[in-house]
Amino acid sequence: MNLITTLILFPLAIAILSFVIRQDKIRNAIVTLGAASIALLTVLVTVRYFGDGITYSYHQEEGISYLIMCLEIIIAGYVLVKSIRDKKYLVTVFAAIQTPLILWFELSAGHHIQIVNQIVYDKLSGIMVLIIGIIGSLICIYAVGYMKDYHHHHKEYAERKSFFLSILFLFLSAMFGLVLSNNLTWLYFCWEVTSLCSFLLIGYTRTEEAKSNSYRALTINLGGGLAFAVAIVFIGLHYDTLELSTLISLEPEAIAMVPVFLMSVAALTKSAQFPFSSWLLGAMVAPTPSSALLHSATMVKAGVYLIIRLAPMLGDSPVGIAVTGIGCATFLLSSLAAVTQSDGKKILAYSTVANLGLIVICASIGSQEALWAAILLIIFHASAKSLMFLCVGSIEHQLGSRNVEDMGDLALVSRKLNLFMFIGIAGMFLAPFGMLISKWVAMKAFIDSRHILAVIVIAYGSAITLFYWTKWMGKLVSGSNRKQEKEHSFSLFEELPIIIHVIIVIVSCFAFPLISDYALVPYLTELFGKDAVIPIGTSDVNLMIMMLAMLIIIPISFIPLYKGDKRRIVPIYMAGENTGDNETFYGGLGEKRKAEMRNWYLSEYFDSKKMLFIGNIIAILILVLGVILLIGGLAQ
Amino acid sequence: MLILKIIVIILLTPIAGGLLTGMDRVITARMQGRQGPPLLQPFYDVLKLIQKEAIEVNLMHRFYVYLSLIFVILTSVILLLGGDILLAVFALTLGSVLFILGGYASNSPYSLIGSERELLQMMAYEPMVLLTGIGFYLADKSFFISDIIKNNIPAIVYLPGMFIGFVYILTFKLRKSPFDFSMSHHGHQEIVQGITTEYSGKDLAVIEITHWYEQIIALVFVFLFFATSHISSIIVGIIVCLLVYFLEILIDNGFARMKWNFALKSAWLVTAVLGSVNLMVLSYFR
Repeated sequence: MNLITTLILFPLAIAILSFVIRQDKIRNAIVTLGAASIALLTVLVTVRYFGDGITYSYHQEEGISYLIMCLEIIIAGYVLVKSIRDKKYLVTVFAAIQTPLILWFELSAGHHIQIVNQIVYDKLSGIMVLIIGIIGSLICIYAVGYMKDYHHHHKEYAERKSFFLSILFLFLSAMFGLVLSNNLTWLYFCWEVTSLCSFLLIGYTRTEEAKSNSYRALTINLGGGLAFAVAIVFIGLHYDTLELSTLISLEPEAIAMVPVFLMSVAALTKSAQFPFSSWLLGAMVAPTPSSALLHSATMVKAGVYLIIRLAPMLGDSPVGIAVTGIGCATFLLSSLAAVTQSDGKKILAYSTVANLGLIVICASIGSQEALWAAILLIIFHASAKSLMFLCVGSIEHQLGSRNVEDMGDLALVSRKLNLFMFIGIAGMFLAPFGMLISKWVAMKAFIDSRHILAVIVIAYGSAITLFYWTKWMGKLVSGSNRKQEKEHSFSLFEELPIIIHVIIVIVSCFAFPLISDYALVPYLTELFGKDAVIPIGTSDVNLMIMMLAMLIIIPISFIPLYKGDKRRIVPIYMAGENTGDNETFYGGLGEKRKAEMRNWYLSEYFDSKKMLFIGNIIAILILVLGVILLIGGLAQ
Repeated sequence: MLILKIIVIILLTPIAGGLLTGMDRVITARMQGRQGPPLLQPFYDVLKLIQKEAIEVNLMHRFYVYLSLIFVILTSVILLLGGDILLAVFALTLGSVLFILGGYASNSPYSLIGSERELLQMMAYEPMVLLTGIGFYLADKSFFISDIIKNNIPAIVYLPGMFIGFVYILTFKLRKSPFDFSMSHHGHQEIVQGITTEYSGKDLAVIEITHWYEQIIALVFVFLFFATSHISSIIVGIIVCLLVYFLEILIDNGFARMKWNFALKSAWLVTAVLGSVNLMVLSYFR
């Protein structure tokens, strides 16, 4: 068994083990060791294959395909039974169409199609494997500590930690399979498994809300799955191939755009673009590690991964333009919606949707520069977003709230978390950090490819992004001068993954020229058959790194350095009505009143429901237009 | 040689900015029928501030002001050495964000309101600034200022809409009425001194100096619209800069402060109409 097969199957083994073992201590040890081993395996695979990549087929291909078919039947059966029992008939319909369709196809026409390369590990899958393996396994370790606290705080939910942890590992296994498969039927199978995993994770607490949100996620993703299944059958029947690499090397003639369109729709559902974004926003009812996993290393990244793969077919084709349009609407409107939110997790969710929109724009434009930005965005978004979710999860346990307004007090409870959260936010939008580098290149790529609309969208979008991140940062720094009052227990299982994340975020920012030289440039050069270059000049890169180095001094502000200073400390200005404690003032009747400071949310302008509604309408119109153009192209 | 240039930029920029502020105060006084202070008054003010006793509300908030100054200096060095215009915009944004964080860090109601308003201002003018950078790129094929000033035709020919839009949002950047709602220097306004409420002495001096740098940075953008490889363009550019600055003083004295709603809406609208349309037209013909 080679390394890559091990990489796919090993998390599966851990999943089964952690499901079977019900003793907390033993299971925790297995989960931790298992996650660490997955990370190690990922590194080994990277060291072994990253240079030259590898493509191959299994000898027992037929056996594996039959096994997958059996599993598909089992999963479909489970979904059918469950959805009928819960009266979610749309899910029933989706499942009842796609699985028989795929099975029929595989047993008839698809059976004779020869597949040369089942597995492709190139630079792009290599990067994805690294993200899934390292960030994903860190989240699994974090989950061990988090879930203990979670059930301590939420006695009302049944404890199913075994189940939860095993689904996390199953998720990783499916993701590895997804990014490594070149065989579309295998890819499709993994695709469906991730949909199922997210369904199970979102529904973890079994409350009514969780249940309805998990079904919403399942409905939308199965809808995407259906589009995927139809695309596979279409490709198989028309082109006599089932390989992703063959599909994207086809001539972009009208007929080939049909499956590309269908697969793009599937990708848009998975990466939660308008009009399919509601499932990801609803997914927040799940415990935080699952949100972290959905938002950073798995699920949504599967969607944008597929669009990046399809990029050579998109570009200026009608499908490409439609996907770009949807990305633009999503990026702008979900950024606006994020402004009105005060719940930390919701802000993160809206910002994920927005950033995925940006990645979708880059990927669908598909020029060398744009793809460079897209892949880099995936890397930086995965690490920073995961860090922030883990922080918010721990903050919620420390403060009893995840509302941004309450985070002014965070420093009283945990200065460390305050700092880590600050770094996470900085990673999302501040100047020399990674996301901004990618945004910069994205901007350049849009203007080079004359996508003026995308340029305008990104100009407004960055300004809005700046607003909601800065005000969150503001809340964090407003407490930074206070002393930590009480020591909260903060388990090592939680702390260690967060610290490693912080290191990843910072190091990846310094290392982005290396990532570009060793991964992005070679990949894009090969993909386009012409030399790719790093889109930022060397002098700029040096300056960015210098700025980053300067920024490293920010955390100093969290350390009280000026103790011996001669400065006179006075009360804050409260129009002369101070009571002396910097928190209260004398009101009109001479009584003491507490000064409350709140951020702006501008909800009368950017109401999130309204933004989502507008976004969905625009996206639906674009999709309809895309279908019309597609039919028009076919008719010619 | 480069080091020498950098030192000259770091030293001369605030002097130019301070003189500009002095001019502003003289002209404003004349417009209001007062005698007004001497031209060098801003420098006297800053010197006086530096000598004052250091008073503050907590140990942290001044830290951000110093960091902000560093990044604003970095911006002016990038710009004046002919560097990447987008990088300069990002560094300037970072400087402004740090300044805002300073207001938050003081944990004082008036500062906080000022910070929030400053943040809103940034959201209002940032799209236009970014589009301006992109406009230069489209007109002159490069993000580098050293390339932009080598062109034969000044960028204003291609970017008239962008120029008007930029002058509109310049009011924010120069902290002029009607858009000075985050930290007006008029003492009795509703939020006292906004972000700067809790700063005094040296820290306030640093804020003043930061603003001098920022004014020059803003005018460098104006200058770029007129810069060509021809030597006379320098004179034209400087004259236009002075005219624009005079216009801003005129607006400052002619308008009362607007509400933030109007500021946000109008800035975005101006950006959408002038900036975007200009960009579309340019991209179509070039």
